[in-house]
Amino acid sequence: MKEQLEQIKRNALTALEQAETPAMLEELRVKLLGKKGELTAVLKLMGKLSPEERPVMGQLANTVRADIEAKLEERKAAIHSAALEAKLASEAIDVTIPGEEVAIGHQHPMNQVLQQIKEIFVGLGYQVVDGPEIELADYNFTRLNIEEGHPSRDRSDTFYFTDDDSVLLRTQTSPMQIRFMENHKPPFCMLAPGRVFRKDEADATHSPMFHQIEGLVVDENITMGNLKGALITMMQKIYGEESVMRFRPHHFPFTEPSCEMDMQCHKCHGTGEIDGQVCSTCHGEGWIELLGAGMVHPKVLENCGIDPEKYSGFAFGMGLERMAMGRLKINDLRLIFDNDIRFLNQF
Amino acid sequence: MKLNRKWLHEDFVDLSHVSDKEYVETLTVFGQKVETYERMDAEIKNVVVGKVVSIVPHPNSDHMFICQVDVGADELIQIVTGAQNVHQGDLVPAALHNSWLPGGVHITKGKLRGEVSNGMLCSFAELGLTQNDLPDAYADGIWILNDEECKPGDDINKIIGNDDTIVDFEITNNRPDCYSIIGLARESAAAFGLPMRHHEPVVKGSDAGSIFQYLDVEVPAEALCNRYSSRMVANVKIAPSPKWLRQRLRANGVRPINNIVDITNYVMLEYGQPMHAFDYRYVASGKIVVREAEEGETLTTLDGSVRPLKKGMLVIADDTKPIGLAGIMGGENSEIKDDTTMVVFESANFNGTSIRQTALALGMRTEASGKFEKNLDPMMTIPAVQRACELVELLECGDVLDGTIDIINYVPQPKDLPLEVDKINRLLGTEISKEDMVKYLNRLEIEVEGDTIHVPSFRPDLNLMADIAEEVGRSFGYNEIPTTAFKNATQGGYTPEMKLEAKAGTLCRSLGYSEIITYSFVSPAVFDQIRLPADSPLRDAMQIQNPLGEDTSIMRTIALPSMLEILGRNNSYHNKSVKLYELAKIYLTVPREQLPQEPKMLMLGSYGAKESFFTLKGELEAIFTGLRLQKATYHAVKDNPSYHPGRCAAVCIGGVDVGVMGQVHPLVAANYGIDSEIYCAEINFSKLMELQLPDATYTPLPKYPGVSRDLALICDEAVTVAQIEDAITSSAGKLLRGVKLFDIYRGTGVPQGKKSMAFSLELRADDRTLTDTDSEGVVAKVLAALKEKLGATLR
Repeated sequence: MKEQLEQIKRNALTALEQAETPAMLEELRVKLLGKKGELTAVLKLMGKLSPEERPVMGQLANTVRADIEAKLEERKAAIHSAALEAKLASEAIDVTIPGEEVAIGHQHPMNQVLQQIKEIFVGLGYQVVDGPEIELADYNFTRLNIEEGHPSRDRSDTFYFTDDDSVLLRTQTSPMQIRFMENHKPPFCMLAPGRVFRKDEADATHSPMFHQIEGLVVDENITMGNLKGALITMMQKIYGEESVMRFRPHHFPFTEPSCEMDMQCHKCHGTGEIDGQVCSTCHGEGWIELLGAGMVHPKVLENCGIDPEKYSGFAFGMGLERMAMGRLKINDLRLIFDNDIRFLNQF
Repeated sequence: MKLNRKWLHEDFVDLSHVSDKEYVETLTVFGQKVETYERMDAEIKNVVVGKVVSIVPHPNSDHMFICQVDVGADELIQIVTGAQNVHQGDLVPAALHNSWLPGGVHITKGKLRGEVSNGMLCSFAELGLTQNDLPDAYADGIWILNDEECKPGDDINKIIGNDDTIVDFEITNNRPDCYSIIGLARESAAAFGLPMRHHEPVVKGSDAGSIFQYLDVEVPAEALCNRYSSRMVANVKIAPSPKWLRQRLRANGVRPINNIVDITNYVMLEYGQPMHAFDYRYVASGKIVVREAEEGETLTTLDGSVRPLKKGMLVIADDTKPIGLAGIMGGENSEIKDDTTMVVFESANFNGTSIRQTALALGMRTEASGKFEKNLDPMMTIPAVQRACELVELLECGDVLDGTIDIINYVPQPKDLPLEVDKINRLLGTEISKEDMVKYLNRLEIEVEGDTIHVPSFRPDLNLMADIAEEVGRSFGYNEIPTTAFKNATQGGYTPEMKLEAKAGTLCRSLGYSEIITYSFVSPAVFDQIRLPADSPLRDAMQIQNPLGEDTSIMRTIALPSMLEILGRNNSYHNKSVKLYELAKIYLTVPREQLPQEPKMLMLGSYGAKESFFTLKGELEAIFTGLRLQKATYHAVKDNPSYHPGRCAAVCIGGVDVGVMGQVHPLVAANYGIDSEIYCAEINFSKLMELQLPDATYTPLPKYPGVSRDLALICDEAVTVAQIEDAITSSAGKLLRGVKLFDIYRGTGVPQGKKSMAFSLELRADDRTLTDTDSEGVVAKVLAALKEKLGATLR
C-alpha cells in the first residue's frame, strides 16, 4: 500500500508539472483527489489493514494528499500568472500615438494682459468697474475740464451721434472718473478698463476702437509723492521689480500737475542703441512711455461734488493695446482685431 | 515745433557746451518732450572745399575735364568732372573718396574713360540745397564757392550751415508760447538755470511818411479778431535775404523766398506770431476790413487754389474783395512780387477755434493756422510787427513808415495769483522753501511780488494753485519729489457681473471656444446680410454722424454679424474648424433717452466637422450649469430668418427669453463666404445675472437604492422629446427622480411616419427600498398619460 501511495504521488506530481491549462489541472484534481479518484480508491482499502498499520498509512495518505494539493495550487498560480503576462503582452500599445483631441479655447491675448493687470490692481485694493461706451459729451469732456472748442472735441477726432455733439462714443475711459465720483464718497481706489473710440484709420499702430485702463484714487492728503509711489509699485509688479521709472511733466485738462511715466528700455538699458544700431524696442529714445497721470484737477473734484480743499487724488490712464503689443511682441495692431484663430491659438 | 540749437546759442542762451543728448534729456524731463533730434550734417560726410589748381580737357572725351584739386591735404588730388562752369582757381565742393551725399549716395574713387577720379565735384542740388537757399548760385553746374568765406579742406557742412542740431519738440496744447524760438529759449534757460538774453526790437524810422496817410483798418468781426496791428514799409527793394537769415529758415524747414516774405516767416518762428505781408498796390482804396466772408465769395489763395468761402469764415478784405484768409493763408491777389514797392505788415490775433474750424473746413492746415488755433497771446502782435520793421531796416530793404495801427477788441486781464507755499508743498509732498519757489518761477519769467504771482500774458495756462504747483514741481524735478509709499485701506474687487463674465469665459474656453474682440460699430449692410426683415426694430441702430466709413457707421444692435464676419474671415484663411466666443456689448436705442442700453451678449460661433446643433446645445447646457443658472428650456423657432428654419431654438431660462441658438441659415452663411454648416448662439448675458440659482446647500445623499425603468415608445414623428418628458414628469408622481432620452429609432419594426424613442426613468423613495409594485404603478400611470396625451404606446 505504501508503494501504491508513493506511486500515486510520483505520477501526480509529474502529471501536474506537465499540465498547462486550468482545465487540465481541474481534470487532474478530479482524477487524483475526487470522490472517485485514485487516492480515494487507495484509502478505501485502509479498512483491510491491521490496527498498527492503519495510523501509519493514514498519515502517509494525508501527506500524499497535502503534497498533491500544494503542487496543484502552485501550478494553478503559475498558469494564471503566465496567462496574465501573455494577456498584458498582447495588450501593449504604441504610447507615442497622439491622445484623443480635446480642444481647449484661448483667451484673447489682449484680455490675458488685461486680466493680469486687473488682478494686480485688485490685490492693491482697487475696485474694478465699467460703464457706458456711448457717452454724454458732458462726461467725456465738459466735466473733465475739456472746454468747448478743444481740438479733441472736433468731429475729425470724435465720433458723434447727435447734431449738437452731446452724445458720442467715449474717446477715453476718463468719464468713468466722473461717473464713479458721482456715486462714491472718498476714500476710494477705482480701476475702469474698457473700449474707447477715436477717429483714426486702422493701420499698424492705430485703430478706431481700442482699450484704455483708467485709475482713480481720492482721499485726504494724497500727494504727488503718493502718486509716484503708487504708480512705481504697480508698474514694477507688471514689468518686474528691477524696472527703472521716470516721470515727465505733461498736460491733461483733468489733472494738474500732470505727468507721463516712462520705463527705461529693458533692451538697451536707456542707451538707445544696441551694438551701434538704434534700439528697435524704444526706437532710440532709451525710454518707453507707459502711461499718463496726474493729480486730479480741483475743478474735476468740484464738478463731482467733492471738496477739493479737503480731498485730493490722483488719476492715471494707459493704453492696453500698446502694453499688450509690447509684452507679446505683436508688431501690427490689426492682428488684434483680425481674430485669426492661428493668431489667437498662439497665446 | 522745431528748434535749431545754433539760433538758441547765438541769440538767447548759450548752451553750446551741452551735448545734444544732455540737452534733449534735460528739456524732456523739464516738461518739453523732445520727439526726435538730428544733426544736420548727418547726411553729408567727407565733402570739403577744394581749389581747382589746374583744369585740362579729358583726352578721351569731348565734354569732360581733368582737375587737379587742392583739398587742404599735402598733395593735390585728381578729380574728373563733366561740368562746364569750372575754371582754374575756383573754390568748389569736392566729395572725396568714400564720402556720402544726401539720400545715401556713396562716392568712391574710380576711373572715368581711363582717367583716375578720386571723388566728385558737386552741384548744390547734390548737397541737398535748392535755388531758394542759394539765390545767386549757378544751378546747372558745380557750385562755385569763390564768394564764400572758406579755404581748401574746410568741411562743406560748415559752409552750408549744417553744423547744427535740429530738435523737434512735442508741445502740449496748454503752452502756445512754446511754439516759438523765444518760448523754447525761455524753457531751455529755465531748465538749465541760466539767464536768457532778451532783445527789444528798435525801429529807427524814416522820413517816408506815416501809415495813417495810406491805410485804414476796420474790424467789424470783433469776436473773431482780438487784435489787429499793422505797420507799413515804403520804397521796398525785393531781393534775396542774407545768408544768415536764409540758413535759419532752412534749418527750421522754411523755404526762403525773398526778403519781405522771409522776414514774416522769420518773425513767426522767433516770436510764434504769424505775420502776413500785403502788396499795398492791391489793397483797394487803402482799406483793410477784417470781416466774416459772404456766402458764395471765393478767394484764390497763395497756393493757387480757389477757395469757396462760407459765412463764419474770417477774411481780410479790402474795400471790395477778400485779399487773405485770416490766419491761414494770404490771397494771390495781394501777394508780394518782385516789383512790390510798398508793403503792409499784418500782425494780428485771431480767435483760435474759428481759425481751426475754417482751416479744417477748407482742408488747408498751415503753419500759421496751426499756431493761431492754440490761442496766442494778444500782447505779442506789437513786438512781432516791431521786430519785422527792425529786420527791414537791418536788411536795408525799405523805409518803415511812422506809426502803428493797432485795433484792440479785448480787455487785457492782468492775472495775479497768491503764492500758497504750504498748499503747494502739501499737493506735491515736498518741503520746498518759498525762496526756491520764487527762484523757480522767476526763471520761467513769472514775477513774484511778496506773496503775489503776476502771471505773464504768455502763460494763459496758469490759473490756480495746482498750475503753480506744476511749475514749481517740474522746476524742482518730478523725479526729485520724494516717492512715498501709498497705503490704502480700501477693499479691491470685481462687480458681480464681472465675476460671472470671467466664469463664462473660462467655461467657453474649456469647451474649446477661443475669445475674439470685434468692433462695436458695423456696416448698415449687415442687416441685409443676416436677412433681417425690413421692419425689424433691430434696424433702428445708433448712427454715427461722422463715421470713418460706411463699414463702421452704426452701432451694432445684434452680435451675430460680427461673429459671422470673423468666422468668414477664418474660413477664407482656410482654418478648417473654428470655435469662437465674444462677450461684448450691443447698443439698443431707448425712446426719449439720450443714451442707449448696452446689454452684454455672449456670442458663440463655430464651424467644422465635429459641430452640430446638439453639440452646441450640449455646450450651452454645460455653460449654464457651470454658471449655476436655473434650468433652460428650448423651443423651436421657425421664423428667425438668420437661422435654419428647422434647426433653431429659442433659449429660455427660468421662463425668461435669453437668446437664440441654432444652425445659421445657409443663405446667411453664403453671404459670409461659408458653404458649410455654421452654428451660433446669441445669449443676452446681462439677463443671466438674475437667473442664477441660490447658493447651493447640502441635500442628503439617498439612503435607499433607486431603480430604473426603460420605456421604448412609439409615437408620431411630430411628437417632441420635450412633450414626452413633460407628460412623463407630470404624470409619474413624486417617486420619479429623472427622465433621460437614450435612443431614437426609425426603421424596421417601426411604422412609416412614426418613431421610437427610448427613455430611462429613475425612481426612488427617500424612506424605503422600492418594490416592483411601486415601480410598476408609476410605469402604468406614465403609459396611460402618454397614450392619452400624445398617442404614444409601448413598443
